[in-house]
Amino acid sequence: MWDWTPLRDWISGYITPYWTTPLLLAVQTLIVMISVILVMAFYTLAERRVIGWMQYRRGPNRVGPWGFGQPFADVMKLIFKEIMIPADANGFLFRVAPFLALVPALALWAVIPLRPEHAFANIDAGLLYVLALTSMGVYGIILAGWAANSKYAFLGAMRSAAQIVAYEIAMGFAMVGVLMASGSLNIGEIIHRQSGMFGWNWTWLFPLFIVYFISGVAETNRAPFDVAEGESEIVAGFHVDYSGMAFALFFVAEYVNMILISTLTSIFFFGGWLSPLDGWLPADSWLAQPSFFWLAPKVFFFMFTFLWLRATFPRYRYDQIMRLGWKALIPVTLVWLLVEMVMVYAHVGPWKGFP
Amino acid sequence: MQGLRSFIKTFLLWELLQGLWVTLKSMFATKITLNYPEEKAPQSSRFRGLHALRRYPNGEERCIACKLCEAVCPALAITIESDVASDGTRRTTRYDIDLFKCIYCGFCEEACPVDAIVETRIHEYHMEKRGENIMSKDKLLGIGERYEAMIAADRAADARYR
Repeated sequence: MWDWTPLRDWISGYITPYWTTPLLLAVQTLIVMISVILVMAFYTLAERRVIGWMQYRRGPNRVGPWGFGQPFADVMKLIFKEIMIPADANGFLFRVAPFLALVPALALWAVIPLRPEHAFANIDAGLLYVLALTSMGVYGIILAGWAANSKYAFLGAMRSAAQIVAYEIAMGFAMVGVLMASGSLNIGEIIHRQSGMFGWNWTWLFPLFIVYFISGVAETNRAPFDVAEGESEIVAGFHVDYSGMAFALFFVAEYVNMILISTLTSIFFFGGWLSPLDGWLPADSWLAQPSFFWLAPKVFFFMFTFLWLRATFPRYRYDQIMRLGWKALIPVTLVWLLVEMVMVYAHVGPWKGFP
Repeated sequence: MQGLRSFIKTFLLWELLQGLWVTLKSMFATKITLNYPEEKAPQSSRFRGLHALRRYPNGEERCIACKLCEAVCPALAITIESDVASDGTRRTTRYDIDLFKCIYCGFCEEACPVDAIVETRIHEYHMEKRGENIMSKDKLLGIGERYEAMIAADRAADARYR
């Protein structure tokens, strides 16, 4: 937890000490959630503008300066739309599914250390928590597809399920590589084990980094792996029958997941909040210090890459996705894990100081 | 050998990287889209937009109710009724153009022997109520009076080719 004394003092002035810590946690959780959702809101705008630029267009720039009001205009529109529930749908699952998609995406931020040494839950099995909750998100998609009682939605859900199963394995193996490199499941520890710009995990685990990011794109159902949505094939896939804010919740979940995958990629492979100038500049200069401002550019770069990939590649065919997942990514990770085992055994690279 | 080379190329994502490079370059290229109300695309002097009826410089209506435009109109958008005016000339008593029927082909303008009915370059107009799509004689003459300078300049620019 981020124990910010002024806030703690202010809160404890109003309530009994017993409730101070829970309230402090609640306030901080709220702050992080609101910031994440704000970033997500502007990410939707950035997506439309960046893809526009890549297609020689300008993108939405009418609402406010540079179109900054666009996300809020979209939210206002969606709030005032009616949420339709199809007559034959499973009402309970239909209502619950958007939250099942959104909650894991937001809950994952608990273990992400945004600032040096500050995660809400600095748990030892952080990596396992990440792996478990990223897989939870797909339940929202599958249940949405099932509950809507529509063939298109069902097709989208089935595609999504198969895709997640295939890419979860490659993603898990890539994480095993990170685990072997750092010798810890704690995310803060994973960052600390990396040192110097070329000592970060990406140099020694480059194939795993590529595999992890590609699996991450597939995991979040983004182009070129967006067969679950597949506008041109199955209308909108799992969320055909959703409207208004229920529909928007799926989008919030998708974009929060994208931000999350970008953050995890920069943490696992690019040293999180470590400075790339560390070791080149005097250690007391602020540019060499680890800080949130070194994490943010890395995250933004990977967020941009998500949009870049979407603007560049056409959608994969379903069988091609399966081939890439099972016959390319998983063998690559397995081979590289073998290489890494040899490196760990021989104490080369970052494993010099390994016991 | 060929197979091996193509395998390595695929494995290193070479063609995907080329594609990414293309999109990255186009991201910084000059944008084609115009910011419409502030920027406008150049317009020809032959642009066929909203209709107008013109007058002679002395204020006399040009239209002589010959009904050639009504006859040539492929969409049957023009309705004309005529009578003898107080000064003994033949004048229209009704000259209606239904803008919903009009296909803006410009045949009426070509058919007109006295350059009375013209299509101006005005294209930013809209209707809010039923019936506003009918351009009556008064409205057409009003547009002609207000935009006479522009209409005359456009006709003069095109005169060499007519």
